[in-house]
Amino acid sequence: MTLTTTQALLIALAVTAGAMLTRFLPFLLFPDNRPVPKIVSYLGRTLPAAMMGLLVVYCLRNVSVTTAPYGLPELISIAVLAALHLWKRNVLLSIGVGTVLYMVLVQVVFV
Amino acid sequence: MTKTNQNRPAGGNASGRTTPAWRRALTAAFPHTVPVLTGYLVLGAAYGVLMQSKGFGAPWVLLMSAVAFCGSMQFAAITLLTSAFDPLGAFIMSVMVNARHLFYGVSMLEKYRGLGGVKPILIYTLSDETFSIVSSAEPPADVPRKSFYLAISLLDYVYWVGGSLLGSLAGQFIRFDTTGLDFALTGLFVVLFIEQVSDPRSRISGIIGIVCTAAARAIFGADQLVIPAMVLVLAVLLIGRKKL
Repeated sequence: MTLTTTQALLIALAVTAGAMLTRFLPFLLFPDNRPVPKIVSYLGRTLPAAMMGLLVVYCLRNVSVTTAPYGLPELISIAVLAALHLWKRNVLLSIGVGTVLYMVLVQVVFV
Repeated sequence: MTKTNQNRPAGGNASGRTTPAWRRALTAAFPHTVPVLTGYLVLGAAYGVLMQSKGFGAPWVLLMSAVAFCGSMQFAAITLLTSAFDPLGAFIMSVMVNARHLFYGVSMLEKYRGLGGVKPILIYTLSDETFSIVSSAEPPADVPRKSFYLAISLLDYVYWVGGSLLGSLAGQFIRFDTTGLDFALTGLFVVLFIEQVSDPRSRISGIIGIVCTAAARAIFGADQLVIPAMVLVLAVLLIGRKKL
C-alpha cells in the first residue's frame, strides 16, 4: 500500500461522492413537487429499453469475433437463453440454463 | 394455533394468518433477484479476493462495497488506491464511469415519485442490476410499490456487500471453478431486454440502445465505450422524438 490510511480513505470518499452525484442528480433536478418537463419524461419512457440494450452490448464488449473461439460461447448461450425465454417466459429458467450452458462451453468445450 | 381475528387487516395469506408486510415484500422480490444473487456473489467475491491481494483487508472491502457501492468503479478504484494520491482524479473518474446512472435516474423519476423517506435509500442503492429489475418488474397486488422496490434494492445491496466480504475473508477456500458464472448478469440483461422490447412501444428504443452501443464499441474500443454510447443513444432518441 503506497497511500497512507487517511489518503486511502479520501480516495474512497472521492469515489463515493462521484458515484452518488450521478445517482442523485436527476432526482435533485426534478424533485417530487416539481413537474417533469415533457422531454425528460419522454426520455424516462424510452431510456430503460435503450439502456438494457446498452448493458447487453457492454457485457459483451471484450468478446472478439476474429480470434478463437469467435464469440461462439456467448452467441450460443444467448441464442439458447433468448429462445428459451421467448418460449417459456421464465426468467430464472432462462438465465439458469443460459449460465450453465455458458460455463460448460467456456470450461469444457472451447478450451 | 392462531386465534381468529375478525379485524384482521387486509393482505393476509390464503391460510388465514397475516404475514408481516415486510416479509410479503421480500417474498415477492426475492425471485426477481436470484440472478443478481448469483452474479454478485461471484463478482463480489472476485473483488474481495483482488482487494486482499493488494493489501486491503475486510474493513476496506466493507467500506468500498457498503459505502461506495459502485460495482465496476470499485474495481477501477483498486488502481487508484495503489497509485499516487489523486482524489480529484478519483472523483472525476468515478463520475465518468458511473455516468450511466444519470439515465437510470431519469428513467426512475416517475416510478420513485412520492415514495417519501425510503426514496434516498432507493437512489443510493440503484445499481445496474437493481435498475434493470425495477424498470421491468411490477409488484403483486398485495405488496405496496415502495416495499417492493425497497426489498429488491436491499436484497441486491446485501448480495454485493456479502459477496465481497466472502471473497475477502474466505477467497482462498473457494475451490470450485466459477469461470463463466458471472454470465448470469449478462443473462439477466438479455432477458430484461427481451421483456422491454416485447412491448411494441419500447421496441425501437431497445434497438437504438443495441445499435448505438455496438457502434460506440466499434469506434471507441472496449475500454471507453459507455459515454460515447450514451451520447449516441441520447442524440438518436432526441432526433426521433416525434416518432417514438
